[in-house]
Amino acid sequence: MCTGRVDLAFIFHAFAKGADGVIIGGCWPGECHYVTEGNYDALGNMHLGRKLLDRIGVNPERFRLEWIAASEGNRFAEVMNDFVAKIGGLGSIGSGEGIEPDVLERKLKAAEKILPYLKLVEREKLRVPTKTEKGYNEFFASDEVTRLFDELIADKLTVSEILSLLEERPLSTGEISQALGLSPSDVSRHMNVSSRQGLVKYDLERQSYALP
Amino acid sequence: MVVGGGISGIQAALDLATSGFRVFLVDKAPTIGGKMAQLDKTFPTNDCSMCIESPKFIECDRHPNIEILTYTEVDDVQGEAGDFTVSLTKKPRYIIESKCTGCTTCVEYCPVEVPDPFNQDLSGNKAVHIYFSQAVPLVPYIDDRCLYLAEKKCSICVGVCKTDAIDLHQQPEKLELKVGAIVLAVGYDVFDPKPRNDYGYGQIQNVVTSLDFERLLCATGPHEGEILRPSDKKHPHKIAWIHCVGSRQVLEGGNSYCSAVCCSYIQKQVILTKDHDADAEAVIFHNDIRSYGKDFERFYQRAANLPGITFIRSYVSIGREIPETKNVTIRYATDDEGVKEEEFDLVVLGVGLVPPANGNGLADLFGVELMNHGFCKTNPGNPIETSRPGVFVSGAFAGPIDIPESVVTASGANAMTGALLRSQRGNLARERIYPPERDVTEEEVRVGVFACHCGSNIGRVVDVPSLVDYAQTLDNVVHAEEGLFICSTDAAQQISNTIREKGINRVVVAACTPRTHEPLFRDTLREGGINQYFFDMANIREHCSWCHSKQPEEATAKAKDIVRMSVARTINLEPLQEFELPVTKVGLVVGGGVAGMTSALSLADQGFEVHLVERAKDLGGMARRIQSTLEGLDVQAYLDELIRKVYRHPLVHVVHGATITGVTGYVGNFVTTVSYEGRSKTIEHGAAILATGADEYKPTEYLYGEDDRVLTQLELEKRISDGDEGITQAKNLVMIQCVGCRQEDRNYCSRVCCSQAVKNGLKLKDLNPDMTVHVLFRDMRTYGFAEDGYREAADKGVIFTRFEVDDKPQVAPDEDEEEGRPILRVTVPDPILGQRLALDADFVVLSAAVVPSAGSQEAGRLFKVASSPDGFFQEAHVKLRPVDFAADGVFLCGLSHYPKHITEAISQAYGAAGRAASLLAGDTVTASGSVCEVREHDCVSCGACITACTYGAIEFQDTSVGKKAVVNPVLCKGDGLCCAKCPTNAIFLKHFTDKEVFDQIDAALFDAFGVEG
Repeated sequence: MCTGRVDLAFIFHAFAKGADGVIIGGCWPGECHYVTEGNYDALGNMHLGRKLLDRIGVNPERFRLEWIAASEGNRFAEVMNDFVAKIGGLGSIGSGEGIEPDVLERKLKAAEKILPYLKLVEREKLRVPTKTEKGYNEFFASDEVTRLFDELIADKLTVSEILSLLEERPLSTGEISQALGLSPSDVSRHMNVSSRQGLVKYDLERQSYALP
Repeated sequence: MVVGGGISGIQAALDLATSGFRVFLVDKAPTIGGKMAQLDKTFPTNDCSMCIESPKFIECDRHPNIEILTYTEVDDVQGEAGDFTVSLTKKPRYIIESKCTGCTTCVEYCPVEVPDPFNQDLSGNKAVHIYFSQAVPLVPYIDDRCLYLAEKKCSICVGVCKTDAIDLHQQPEKLELKVGAIVLAVGYDVFDPKPRNDYGYGQIQNVVTSLDFERLLCATGPHEGEILRPSDKKHPHKIAWIHCVGSRQVLEGGNSYCSAVCCSYIQKQVILTKDHDADAEAVIFHNDIRSYGKDFERFYQRAANLPGITFIRSYVSIGREIPETKNVTIRYATDDEGVKEEEFDLVVLGVGLVPPANGNGLADLFGVELMNHGFCKTNPGNPIETSRPGVFVSGAFAGPIDIPESVVTASGANAMTGALLRSQRGNLARERIYPPERDVTEEEVRVGVFACHCGSNIGRVVDVPSLVDYAQTLDNVVHAEEGLFICSTDAAQQISNTIREKGINRVVVAACTPRTHEPLFRDTLREGGINQYFFDMANIREHCSWCHSKQPEEATAKAKDIVRMSVARTINLEPLQEFELPVTKVGLVVGGGVAGMTSALSLADQGFEVHLVERAKDLGGMARRIQSTLEGLDVQAYLDELIRKVYRHPLVHVVHGATITGVTGYVGNFVTTVSYEGRSKTIEHGAAILATGADEYKPTEYLYGEDDRVLTQLELEKRISDGDEGITQAKNLVMIQCVGCRQEDRNYCSRVCCSQAVKNGLKLKDLNPDMTVHVLFRDMRTYGFAEDGYREAADKGVIFTRFEVDDKPQVAPDEDEEEGRPILRVTVPDPILGQRLALDADFVVLSAAVVPSAGSQEAGRLFKVASSPDGFFQEAHVKLRPVDFAADGVFLCGLSHYPKHITEAISQAYGAAGRAASLLAGDTVTASGSVCEVREHDCVSCGACITACTYGAIEFQDTSVGKKAVVNPVLCKGDGLCCAKCPTNAIFLKHFTDKEVFDQIDAALFDAFGVEG
């Protein structure tokens, strides 16, 4: 099993279960033990995962990828001690960010749910042009990717979060906008699209949205 | 027949047996294991010695083609190569091996305590005892100090043995065996400082040998890993190590050669001592630090940089034992302070390696000649051959070498035997038969947890009994137990039995690393009649006890977490089947130097077709530039003969001027494309050997390239052999060592240069005895028998002057003061005189570093194999897999691995050929069952997995439900990249499924919120 096998679902699952930090240790670029250089896939996943964490208000520093060869026991110890110290400084997940536990849980769940979609977006739109560590880092830091991410992922994430919210009970536009800190017009726009896609239905009588 | 069951003999037996030969592995000791079993850790990685060796004991024990004969000695050898008759005597161990269960009840009841030879007599054992816990066979033997054997007095052991396995009247048993070839792996002895009596060993209690100290360090040693000095069993705080005890000494009772391993093993002992006691202080008295091997230089720096550790270059003598404290004083001298006497709590003698005690007897018995130092005489052109055809030598019987070199020669002995007996290969081979696999699909999940103390490696830190109690509380765990060494033969056998008796269908071993031990335990599951994939290893040693040795409570809590996670994963495991893939019985050798040609010829001699690919127009490589070796091999004549043999051999196909353009495939089935002379060809092969060599560093220092009187050693050698009188009639010549290495950017020793300087110095002195030859060095690293050359050179007037790295020699053009002749003036600080020495030189010769070749980098990239930080190829395991890459089916030899002498490169070439042959000899290779599969129903045909798969293992196929992705399991290597790309989780990696990982995460975070899940 390669570092590139580490599904973002594992990462978000761990955070949802209360992990305050998650670290992936991988082979150095150019030293792949397979021939596939899946460590670059891991690098791409790391960048996507961090963007997603940032988007839901979780400090992206809680998720780290480090290159550590099998022979680098000392480096492993150093990296882990450093990571533990940094995470300790951030406080436990949620409280460090000032997010209520139930909100955090909902947000992580929403993020986990859109991962399949994220995989499709990555495949279609987020192909990294150069297979070097620098190339990956620059690509994911570029304005172009930030724009694409906002465009393609942000809305999906919001919808995913609204759907999670509606799992509890039907809510009106106002209630949704209050719960998620969104403008009512944004909520209406999302709900219109989601209704058309059959993800939610509008209950005229109670003037609220519910899951179908 | 392999004679000697140390690591070299074990490796030879395993390679031969896997290559299709029946092997008798004979050892005079009651168990196999040899000296390596007595070592605590091994340099330069500080791997636990027994931990890496003992899986090999079990591999030998379980191999259907190996018959182990311990406590057995060879009496007579008749016949000739291909047809020997060997007579042996199996000494009475007074235990009937077939009846003994290894329960050790007899040991408990035995009233006689005798010194324990395994622990260097530092502690006691019973007259009946098992040699050590991991012994193979795991059967006791009775020492002749037994009261019954000595005086017919006691026979209590007979009474308590429930299986009637003790027979105090057992007689020696005579055997006669017919064998085709004999591998002598009889090893070495350590120098005994007692007879000469100059270090007080045997008289002063707190003087011990380095082998004694190994046992003191070891968790299975006399004090369970506590370093306690003999006089008062207290922790010594201040320890001295003395180098070169019995080595590099021309006096009576010493040996003139260098024992080659002591410098590094002493550094290891220093590092381990500091691990045991961070406040310990040590002084290491040495005479040159010979850190000539791979990563040895860094290892030395690691030891030298520890606080409280001082390396002092000085001869020493033992002063006296202080009666009150039993401390020992040592007298030594330094350049600055003159003679001093210092007191130490404990003195460790760095004893050298000597030929086996009965070396002459062995030589007569096997009909082989010995060389002047009493080691086995070998052919410098083939260091595995003895003087008798059909008798090969492997390991330290041929001279002082370290573990990896012993392993290399063992594989080389396989190659030589394979060539001699190639027509017999496979005729007597047997298949391993496992019990039928139990179908557990209808059973409820029943997990067994086996927790290991690993001597005290784990048990000293982790509370293993409490771990076992905890494991029993976990869901689905029906059995949990602890063991001192779970990997020992009896413990492994016990696991198989427990699996059957308790109906266990999932096994967790909480012990060490799967890298070394997973194969053994999987095999144990097969012996227990369940699928080998129902197994998981919880690493509570490397991941826990070793790194948290100072926090036992937290470590125990973490060990529980690790076991809980492992159990959670194990519950989900499914039975998997492995694949048998055919092997293309063809070898590919990259690089046509001495190493490449030797391995190609060896493979061909063993009956395999070989393609030899060389980048240059001609074969020969680096050896073209070398005329002779210090041992006297005529390199050019040897090379010509080798090249002729390569061209003549019908099974060797040479491709010159070749560039490899692509490599695809996998172990047993590679496809390599080669372009040469404007053409291209495709080679299908089952194994590859990379022998891509190294280059000589092109110096930028000491005016090289600016002044044509500055040469490298290779250039000097060429000019000597060309009969260049300008050189041979020169008045003064100065050599400078360590040019371009042993410095920050190349932090390694180039190994060959000291011997090369000595060789060229001797040659110049032979041709022109009046010439003044200076060698400016940092440490003379003429290890092994090359030490004799160093001494000879000094005797013949070559002047050796030492310099320090931070004050290197300087070279500037100048004029001779008397004659006004243009010369080069070399100045160097003289540490003894305390002033700068000015030398006039007609020529300055630089011992330039050996640097990795560009070709190696390219070949490494194509074959996807790793290189070390210094740019040399990285072997799979420094000690025990020295010519294998981590990538299956690819092997290495020669200078691309690390700088080495021609004879060493030849030895390694045979080793690589032997390893490659053990792969090619089989008809199939086994591929892992951990491969990907698609749930057809969930597949949306997006193709993400197909793009992710570099192996081309996935393709679309038309199915009854439309076009779906399908995995070809033969091509899948199980990296699982596709799984992380699939939007619908339709594709999954067996043995690492999402469910297995999720459950493991849940178990890890079990109480993160203070509640389950």
